[in-house]
Amino acid sequence: MLKTKNLWRLLAQSRKVLKTKNLLWLLAQSRKVLKTKNLLWLLAAVALALFPIFESNPSYQTIGVYTLIFMACSTSWNMFSGYSGYIALGSAAFYGTGAYTMALASIHWNMAPGAAMFWLVPLGGLVAVIVAIPIGWVALRVRRHTFVVITIAIFFVFQLFAINMSFTGGTAGLNLPYISWNASYFDVPFYYVALGIVIFAALLSTSVRRSRFGLQLLAIRDDEDRALGLGVKVAAVKLTGFAMSAFAIGMCGALFAMFQGQIYPQFVFDPLFDISIALMAFFGGLGTVAGPLLGGLILESAQQYLTVTFSNDSLYLILLGSLFLLVIMFMPQGIIVFFRDRYSKKVDRNRSALSQNSLTLNEGAT
Amino acid sequence: MTTLLRVDNVSRSFGGVLALRDCSLEVEKGSITGLIGPNGSGKTTLFNVITGYVKPDAGTVTFNGKSITNARPNTVFALGIGRTFQLTRIFARITVLENMLVATQRDDSWLRGLTRSMSSKVEVANAMEWLSFVGIAQLAELPAGALSFGQRKLLELAYVLVADPDVILLDEPAGGVNLTLINSIAEKIKTLNESGKTFLIVEHNMEFVMGLCASVTVMHQGSALISGTPDDVRSNALVLDAYLGGGDDEESSEFA
Repeated sequence: MLKTKNLWRLLAQSRKVLKTKNLLWLLAQSRKVLKTKNLLWLLAAVALALFPIFESNPSYQTIGVYTLIFMACSTSWNMFSGYSGYIALGSAAFYGTGAYTMALASIHWNMAPGAAMFWLVPLGGLVAVIVAIPIGWVALRVRRHTFVVITIAIFFVFQLFAINMSFTGGTAGLNLPYISWNASYFDVPFYYVALGIVIFAALLSTSVRRSRFGLQLLAIRDDEDRALGLGVKVAAVKLTGFAMSAFAIGMCGALFAMFQGQIYPQFVFDPLFDISIALMAFFGGLGTVAGPLLGGLILESAQQYLTVTFSNDSLYLILLGSLFLLVIMFMPQGIIVFFRDRYSKKVDRNRSALSQNSLTLNEGAT
Repeated sequence: MTTLLRVDNVSRSFGGVLALRDCSLEVEKGSITGLIGPNGSGKTTLFNVITGYVKPDAGTVTFNGKSITNARPNTVFALGIGRTFQLTRIFARITVLENMLVATQRDDSWLRGLTRSMSSKVEVANAMEWLSFVGIAQLAELPAGALSFGQRKLLELAYVLVADPDVILLDEPAGGVNLTLINSIAEKIKTLNESGKTFLIVEHNMEFVMGLCASVTVMHQGSALISGTPDDVRSNALVLDAYLGGGDDEESSEFA
């Protein structure tokens, strides 16, 4: 069978496949995958995954868990508020709902303290989504500033509810089943679950941005009535986005409750949480995928680190405030947008020509 | 000729102002119908009633034999009525091409939007074709907010066309654009009309309206005064009275 003739034919075939043109195509494909942007993403993911291995100090690992939680929440918040322009300041309602779901379910179902409780994390997200649907149904009837105020009001209703109802334990809070893992590695499982939520939120945010649904959210941000007149079912699109964004936030709340072991209404229904996740998204770049991730990474880790380092309460606030001022002054659209404008040549001028000022000028001229 | 769009005895008031008073209008299939009248005569309100942005207090709107009174703007669009706005409304912070893609699927379900990508190759090709038709294909990758006023008018026309509506309502397509562009827009409307599109046009530029429309309706104080050919309308005493008698000098000079 293996005659010389056949061998020659095989060789000829393989040469056809390995033509220069095909090789170039293969090279082009691999270069596409290995673009700087993708490499940066990969690098960031690897660095985050390796962090607890190289940093064995539990107090820094704890900072890592909190940072990841805020990165995920800010990303998920941005997926609706950043894309649609509906700035919600009541997302702590979903965070708290997730936390209380974890606490109540683990207590009432007599769960054995330990890894099995992680199964309640997605449940926390799910309950948050269920809660988000009626909230969104009411709040999304109004726009802009009124929407912001309504979401804050609804959030405070939740906080008051948690403080005053008996099944939530009131101001005394709730104690979850006590997890007695060794303190030297206690944080690590939480860290990786939080990292999983971050990756989930980032992938969801990316796929929404690339979908028709995401385009519709952006159209709603720019001119909702016009979008409606072009066939976009704005009410359904808004409510879907709002409810979807509650999922990762609810999961983070549930993880937080399990991590803390006890929860109090004022800490899981915390108005500062609402402001923090919004500020992180603004800081990194509102409406971008990477913006809230970067914002959460910088702001939350800096805040936690500075609190640990300078236990003096006010000093870290001054440092953090100065950082914030600098970014707002020199990169008003956020870090990501600033660097994208600077280094991507194709859209360079056009994007920066779009700053708020030139927009108003254009409209004024008409 | 059959009536494609029909407005019967529509009234609508805002506070104490009666913007539309027993207004009736018929648009023949395949026609270019002009809608003229002094400022404040209710032309744009009538557009808003037809496209679902404003609900009428009384009266009915029928499209293709089907009632669309009180239908929502997205439903009206899905049925095949596209419109532009007097002051252009585009999506400023997404690209021109993305603007087109928003309008591409006029009756796409919201659930399908979740699972499908932003565009297919066919949709992009179709969008680019319409952008070249209006002459702004080279701007496809720009954020729409960077366009000039005239370019925005063209984009608005293009993204209404991309969903292939049966009737197109144009609110002052020639307003605020230069003469060359006005002529080019008129040419485009003619070409589209020949391919079977029906137009209803609100416009103050009389030369534009009279040159383009086979039938013109004059509105005055919220109701349709008369309808007829441009020549009928031009010589009608009531029309002259509506324009001149209203004491609106600007309008009358345009009409002369």
